[in-house]
Amino acid sequence: MTIQAPIIARRSPGPQGEKIITLAALAVGGQGGGVLTNWIIDVAEANGYHAQSTSVAGVAQRTGATVYYVEMCKDTGRMPVFALSPSEGDVDIMIAAELMEAGRAVMRGFVTPGRTTLIASTHRIAAVSEKVVPGDGRADASQVIDALGLAADQVVAFDMETLAAKAGSVISSSLFGALAGSGALPFPRDSYEAVIRKSGKGVDASLRAFGLAYDCAKGDAAPPATEGVKPHIRTLSVPARLQAAWHALEARVDRLPAQAQEIAGLGLKKVVDYQDIAYGGQYLDMVERAAKADAAPFDLTQAAAKYAANALSYDDILRVADLKTRASRHQRVRDEVRVKDDQLLQLTEYFHPRFEEFTTTLPARLGAWLQQNRRAEAFYTRRLDRGRRIRTDSLMGFGMLWVVSALRPWRRSLLRHQTEMAHVTAWFDQAMDIAATDRALAAEVLANRRLIKGYSDTHARGLSKFDRVMSALPMLRGRPDAADWMRRLRMAALADEKGNGLDGALKTIESFAA
Amino acid sequence: MAERSFKKEVEQLRMGAGGTFRGEGILAVTKALLENGVGYVGGYQGSPISHLMDVFSDAQDLLAEYGVHFENSASEATAAAMLAASVNYPIRGAVAFKSTVGTNVASDALANLASGGVTGGALVILGEDYGEGSSIMQERSHAFAMKSQMWLLDPRPNLTSIVEAVGHGFRLSEASNTPVMMQMRIKSCHVHGHFTASDNQRPAMTVSDALQNPKRDLSRIVLPPAVFLHENEKVERRWPNAVDYVLQNNVNEFFGNPASKIGLIVQGGTYNGVIRALNRLGLADIYGETDIHILCLNAVYPLCDSQILEFCDGKDAVLLVEEGQPNFIEQSIGHMLYQNGRTTVLAGKGVLPMAGEYTGKRLIEGIAGFLRAHAPGLLPPAIAKTNEPEQTGIPDLSKVVPARPPGFCTGCPERPIFAATKLVQQELGEHHIASDIGCHLFSIMPPFDLGSTTMGYGLGPASASALQNRDKTGKRSISFVGDGGFWHNGLTSSIGNASFNQHDGLIVIVDNHYAAATGGQDVLSSRAANKSRKTNNPIAKAVEGMGVKWVRQIDRTYDVTKMRDTMIEALTSTEPGPKVIVASSECMLNLQRREKPALAKATRDGKRTVRPRFGVDEDICTGDHACMRLSGCPSLSVKDTGDPLRDDPVAAIDQTCVGCGNCGEVADAAVLCPSFYQADIVSNPTASEKRRASRTARIIGWLQSRRDARRMTFA
Repeated sequence: MTIQAPIIARRSPGPQGEKIITLAALAVGGQGGGVLTNWIIDVAEANGYHAQSTSVAGVAQRTGATVYYVEMCKDTGRMPVFALSPSEGDVDIMIAAELMEAGRAVMRGFVTPGRTTLIASTHRIAAVSEKVVPGDGRADASQVIDALGLAADQVVAFDMETLAAKAGSVISSSLFGALAGSGALPFPRDSYEAVIRKSGKGVDASLRAFGLAYDCAKGDAAPPATEGVKPHIRTLSVPARLQAAWHALEARVDRLPAQAQEIAGLGLKKVVDYQDIAYGGQYLDMVERAAKADAAPFDLTQAAAKYAANALSYDDILRVADLKTRASRHQRVRDEVRVKDDQLLQLTEYFHPRFEEFTTTLPARLGAWLQQNRRAEAFYTRRLDRGRRIRTDSLMGFGMLWVVSALRPWRRSLLRHQTEMAHVTAWFDQAMDIAATDRALAAEVLANRRLIKGYSDTHARGLSKFDRVMSALPMLRGRPDAADWMRRLRMAALADEKGNGLDGALKTIESFAA
Repeated sequence: MAERSFKKEVEQLRMGAGGTFRGEGILAVTKALLENGVGYVGGYQGSPISHLMDVFSDAQDLLAEYGVHFENSASEATAAAMLAASVNYPIRGAVAFKSTVGTNVASDALANLASGGVTGGALVILGEDYGEGSSIMQERSHAFAMKSQMWLLDPRPNLTSIVEAVGHGFRLSEASNTPVMMQMRIKSCHVHGHFTASDNQRPAMTVSDALQNPKRDLSRIVLPPAVFLHENEKVERRWPNAVDYVLQNNVNEFFGNPASKIGLIVQGGTYNGVIRALNRLGLADIYGETDIHILCLNAVYPLCDSQILEFCDGKDAVLLVEEGQPNFIEQSIGHMLYQNGRTTVLAGKGVLPMAGEYTGKRLIEGIAGFLRAHAPGLLPPAIAKTNEPEQTGIPDLSKVVPARPPGFCTGCPERPIFAATKLVQQELGEHHIASDIGCHLFSIMPPFDLGSTTMGYGLGPASASALQNRDKTGKRSISFVGDGGFWHNGLTSSIGNASFNQHDGLIVIVDNHYAAATGGQDVLSSRAANKSRKTNNPIAKAVEGMGVKWVRQIDRTYDVTKMRDTMIEALTSTEPGPKVIVASSECMLNLQRREKPALAKATRDGKRTVRPRFGVDEDICTGDHACMRLSGCPSLSVKDTGDPLRDDPVAAIDQTCVGCGNCGEVADAAVLCPSFYQADIVSNPTASEKRRASRTARIIGWLQSRRDARRMTFA
């Protein structure tokens, strides 16, 4: 049999012109797809339609992608033959309860130009595969949004999750409202609302979400702004006696190339908050050194401003103790977990300091000596190496962390600081050395700092990835595409945990460098 | 307690003649059983038929009113064996399970049942788990019908037809002394529709009546020489009687115009899809009126030769729509036509795909292909000649849209078990891991990627039995089995086997207090009180009873450190024989369904309540996502910080967090990072608690401002 191009045949209507309407809903398990389907059946039946629904239950509650399918037809006294599952090119209304599910509907051929009304919530629920990437593994939403517009006859797409949350309800209500507001079904608004009322659970909130989505879908109201990033508002506080020194640092920022001032300003605040004013000076030395070697558009200076700030603010126990005991942090937690005024908040922190963290938090010589001491390590492992649950809403727990944070003035003498600074210096010097011949490559070398993150084993793995990426330098230096390759190596290193992709990329470089 | 309650829906089961019954396919089946005077009902849950068991369960009182005995069978084998009550007594019995896996388990009893034959109608309702949404290997129940000679009904997927098929099933079974299977595809189990009800019938004879008046008949017992008699009886008496019943009662249906030169023979279950395809080809209206002649086989086994030959007479070509492979029906009909010297062309597989579900697209392409070859004049010109242009311009999203396989729910107690397993492997190296059937099989998916095989329900440890290391200090196998699988088959086939053969592998019994994957049905070891079932039988005791010496009970799986250390102990212990860890924590879905409303009510009533939640300090999180590689929890995800100094999104926990503690425990056990915190929100705190809290807050505030007075902060 020869392979035929897909047949896009249309359903023919009944003798009185009555048509079967097909509707499919793609949801992530737990989103209430079942509730939505029942509502749609009820509203169809209430309007004198035959309706039939099917679903693939079973995994519906278990976070996978799930399809619900409804067919309906005006009741003329005979029973139509309804199909039991959606067919490619034969879906009139496609409801997708999440952006990537809308993309999946397009991929599966359920969204057809000239036929399908697509009702999609544009919010994201990251799939496991997007979350486990050590870098940023999230799918490119813009590609999907573009495709929706091309594939569908009519698109009703906005963030229905945020809208439902605003109304104190769940997404099934806002999807139902968007369906009603889209006008894709020939049913009046009040018949939808009657169905919600009849369902008897959380009626008011459901109706609110329904109404908001209805207006957006109809075009009577602007959909909510896409849930953007809401960075924490940070406030700078400078004690009177530090004002002068601080202003001097600020003045140095102002003398940097304009392109780098904003990021250097942020970096400066970060390192001063991390340690002290002098540390800010040390930071600006580095940025100024990069600026001196740089020229417009000053990418190298910007990279230096960003990554030197991160490198100087390495994550040690002092830092963690400091962050965990701040007033602003306490308030942020209250907001995040939504503690009401008449409720109390108990906070437990999960710590697990190993021998390594313990020794590196000691004065350098003592720490280094202890690290060589097998018996001390054995003792620590046996007696002290376990998870600590610290209650920071109690005086005892808070006090402990507060004391650790108060070690800050002595940080420079601790073993960890010396190790970190040796590494930072080597890295930065190398970048500056490269900058003399290849500024773009130098900027990429600075950006490799992104690979070093996390604590304990994760930190060690980050360091090893950093070293492996940097090992390509001798092979790359002098090549016109060196910077591009360095960037590719870094992205490969961020793509998986073990760095298998990185190994492949390194092999490629070895092959052409040989 | 099952995941879904049908308490409200089962009230409809009392409906009398003439009423319009609305509901799902499975509910309609239950009503049909009552209308047909069923005497006893059993079965084992499993998609797509799980809810049928839940309906039976929720209808227990009603069933009892009619004198109908109902039980939750221990396995499909038990359910099938239960039908023995219809061998000697004229009592109608029905059992339900998932097929083909359930039928596999049941086939010993089914074969015995089919050999001796039945007096009362014996009906096996099969949830045919085939095609999209299926969770098992793709096979056909049809083969079981043929091998044991049981009849197989495949009704059209609408409630009226399904209800009629139940009646036919019992009567056909009685007319031919043969058990009957009725298959329902995934979607017809869950199809919502309506039918006109009849009155319920009490069974003519109840199981109690039978016990009071026991009967036996040596010729019905499956032992030589009776077995030879049975075989002859099957072909000489039972088969012809069945064919007579099917023909006389019009079990199979004809549609369309008998004068048509072409015809379609379809399995009942595919009828709606076929009509839709014809409709889209312009050859049928939405009510199924068509000029093409259709023979709809609601009984797919046995086939009635005379009916099929008559249908084919005068036709140039016939298309057989037979889903699944091998193409048993096509082979039979081809044989029939050949033997009888007919020249009608038989098309089937070839025009239609050999394997896979017959979706709308495949049917329309198959039927159009058949018509192009044999009746091109019938097709609308556009489709007969050229097709509508292919869709173009829609970008390929397959590289963008991530796969979304099912995984552990938020707060699932099985997640920490597999997080611990991953940590064990980090410490001791990769191991051979044998998986089983159940929610815990989600371990094979990211982020855990654990498990090599799954060989059947309760057979996880059995499937590792060959993998016995001769080096006693070498690596051992790790196998998993759930509590559902354990009681289904695992106790004997896995644990008993390992104990008897002194297998030294590690067996982890994942005990979430329910048969959770199938919808949270109770099992023997469930901890809840069940008014009609005996629960609270500890798994560990059963394991010890099998002779296992090394048994560890862990009552809080969320303790990842303990989980990991116990597993390491098992894998390094010098004790011979199997090491069994019973890892118990309640299924979070069930727990939340019970506790959440109770907690909300207590809070409303002014009682002191504590609600735990987890969070991440985004300033401390470095965005490596190591925590997610050990979790995959839906409530733990990534978010942007909006900080220009940072490149990677950080971890964040959303409002759906149930505070199970896995994040913190994993961060601790794997020594990940200190960014997790547990926030216990105390509602209606006591007065002294409030005083203490405000005093502490004042002191903490003083300490904070003292520190901040001496330094610059930007937070």
